[in-house]
Amino acid sequence: MAILEAAGLTKHFHARRGIFGGERGVVRAVDGISFTIEAGRTLGVVGESGCGKTTTAKLVLGLEDPTGGTIRFDGHDLQGLDPAGRRYYRKSVQAVFQDPYASLNPRMRVDAIIAEPLVTNESLPTAEVRSRVLRLLDLVGLPARAADLFPHEFSGGQRQRIAIARALALSPKLIVLDEPVSALDVSIRAQILNLLRDLQAELGLSYLFIAHDLAAVAHMSHTIVVMYLGKIVESGDARTLARTPKHPYTEALFSAALPSHPDERREEIILSGEVPSPLNPPSGCRFHPRCPHAMARCGDEEPLLTDVENRLVACHLYDEHRAPIRIAAGAAPVF
Amino acid sequence: MSNSTPSSASYEPTGRRLPVKTGPLLELDNLSTHYVSSRGTRVVRAVDQVSLRINAGETLGIVGESGSGKSTLALTILRVLPPAARIVGGRMLFEGEDLVQKSDDEMRHIRGKRIAMILQDPMASLNPLFTLGDQIAEPIRVHERVGRATAWNQARNLLKSVRIPSPETRVKQYPHEMSGGMRQRIVGAIGISCEPRLLIADEPTTSLDLTIQAQYLNLLRELQRAHGLALIFITHNLGIVAKMCDQLAVMYAGRVVESGPVSRIFNTPRHPYTEALLNSIPRMGDSEQRLTAIEGQPPDLAALPPGCAFAPRCVRAVERCRVEAPPEFTPDRGHTARCWLAASDPAPPDMLVQSGRA
Repeated sequence: MAILEAAGLTKHFHARRGIFGGERGVVRAVDGISFTIEAGRTLGVVGESGCGKTTTAKLVLGLEDPTGGTIRFDGHDLQGLDPAGRRYYRKSVQAVFQDPYASLNPRMRVDAIIAEPLVTNESLPTAEVRSRVLRLLDLVGLPARAADLFPHEFSGGQRQRIAIARALALSPKLIVLDEPVSALDVSIRAQILNLLRDLQAELGLSYLFIAHDLAAVAHMSHTIVVMYLGKIVESGDARTLARTPKHPYTEALFSAALPSHPDERREEIILSGEVPSPLNPPSGCRFHPRCPHAMARCGDEEPLLTDVENRLVACHLYDEHRAPIRIAAGAAPVF
Repeated sequence: MSNSTPSSASYEPTGRRLPVKTGPLLELDNLSTHYVSSRGTRVVRAVDQVSLRINAGETLGIVGESGSGKSTLALTILRVLPPAARIVGGRMLFEGEDLVQKSDDEMRHIRGKRIAMILQDPMASLNPLFTLGDQIAEPIRVHERVGRATAWNQARNLLKSVRIPSPETRVKQYPHEMSGGMRQRIVGAIGISCEPRLLIADEPTTSLDLTIQAQYLNLLRELQRAHGLALIFITHNLGIVAKMCDQLAVMYAGRVVESGPVSRIFNTPRHPYTEALLNSIPRMGDSEQRLTAIEGQPPDLAALPPGCAFAPRCVRAVERCRVEAPPEFTPDRGHTARCWLAASDPAPPDMLVQSGRA
């Protein structure tokens, strides 16, 4: 069952110059993307900076209003929600951010941090709030005495546990995880990833998992969406997509991921150039200036997401035959 | 490159042969750097009895968590430590000379010239007020004693060698006009500007996107081959080590707990920390498996437990580990481990566990 469905989701920002300056252009941060998050499952979003993954997270969290498209949560369109429905949505969708050193107020004790969403959203007796806080601490693997301490008394991994406890306080259905482990020490990351998976199994949570560590995303996600300059270029089952990427960008991205073993030898696809500005994206397929397989058509015509071997790919290579047409590997990149 | 000056021609990968030298390029011998608080009451052993060696043209990865002392080790090699830090013991033999004994003045001629460093954050390591040409030419003018025009000419060639398009115009531009990936390549160009023998890179790609990181790592490897550079990679990312390095040193709480050839350590780690670290990384396509997490937290360097610093988190710790710190053992040739389990004989670690528990 789908908990959240986004259809044609779009967010354009208007770029201006100076205080009274006229409009300079439109940043198409997220440009007509559609995805579904199933109940109890994880949707992973990967892509490089500027691809729109953080804007997508903000749209899902209701921190930004979309300029187009719809988000349906539990079958209800967010646009048409009354204030009570809006409140229910905000309670049901919570977030865990990247840096637990910045996301916890240093002047609040841990119990106040975790209780804050309870206090503002539900009128509960003090004793009930305290017992809920202790239950949440236990759930994320922290001792009860942690409640009376301040954030600075904890290490990064423990702070991230506090942030997770706070996100769980209102029994949400969906948690947006924006780079939840990249600020943590290597030896701590596995602890937090395991905790997140245990919580998902125990509480039936859905996750929107955003990270640049592809192996972590592949490990955590059931479905992966690959974004490039505001568009989805490929989406599908996490393991299939990680093992046999179809879109040339996904292919290059996964080949650029670092090996997990020195004896691991694989074909490296080194992309030339950098991600173009979303203010002025290339015509046609937005990836074509960097694509090793680019054809004449790619510059004119935007490829649509089509079904190729149980997944969606937006690439002209898969246009007609619905099967890969391979240009010899090592072909010179087209500029 | 027919129109380039003779001095700049050496920046092109001309297959220049290296002078044949015996012995390692850099050898650290029982090196210790401690931070001492102003009243001398607190001592943090950031680098403690570190012995490592790196040969010319080789790549050494130094891996550790934050607070493991890996960055302090880099600052120690360059002798650019903060005032509270002291090199309290050991030797650093670089091309046969002990860097610990060098005066500050002598170090100025080595730093940037024979040993160079690339810092983590390309946004912070370039001066926003000077053009790229000025910043790349500066070490050349200081160390090679050449004029501005020659140095700028070399700067243009360096930009070309790190794949910056249209170096003629870029050389006159300022850092804010470059993207993050380009800035990091420029920092790399400054690093190699005086043809150092050793380049230390401290987390050089953490701020870069994946595809840009791949470009940059390949560029570093090409530069290394072309110039016969020895590279030290300081990182927390074992993937970078797997991709780039020949030798690996794993640091924990200021000490090198394991060192040796990369593939040997990945295949048969002899220290439980290394092993746990390798097992805790998610691998592509293993989503069914649970990760093996290392329980507990990294220790406080000012209050280390007696015995082995990893013992409180170690699943294989025995009584001895908690009271007596293990010395460096050499289970195989060129492979060291600071662990009692590596002590007895070159048996596989599993057997050692059993004998240790018996």
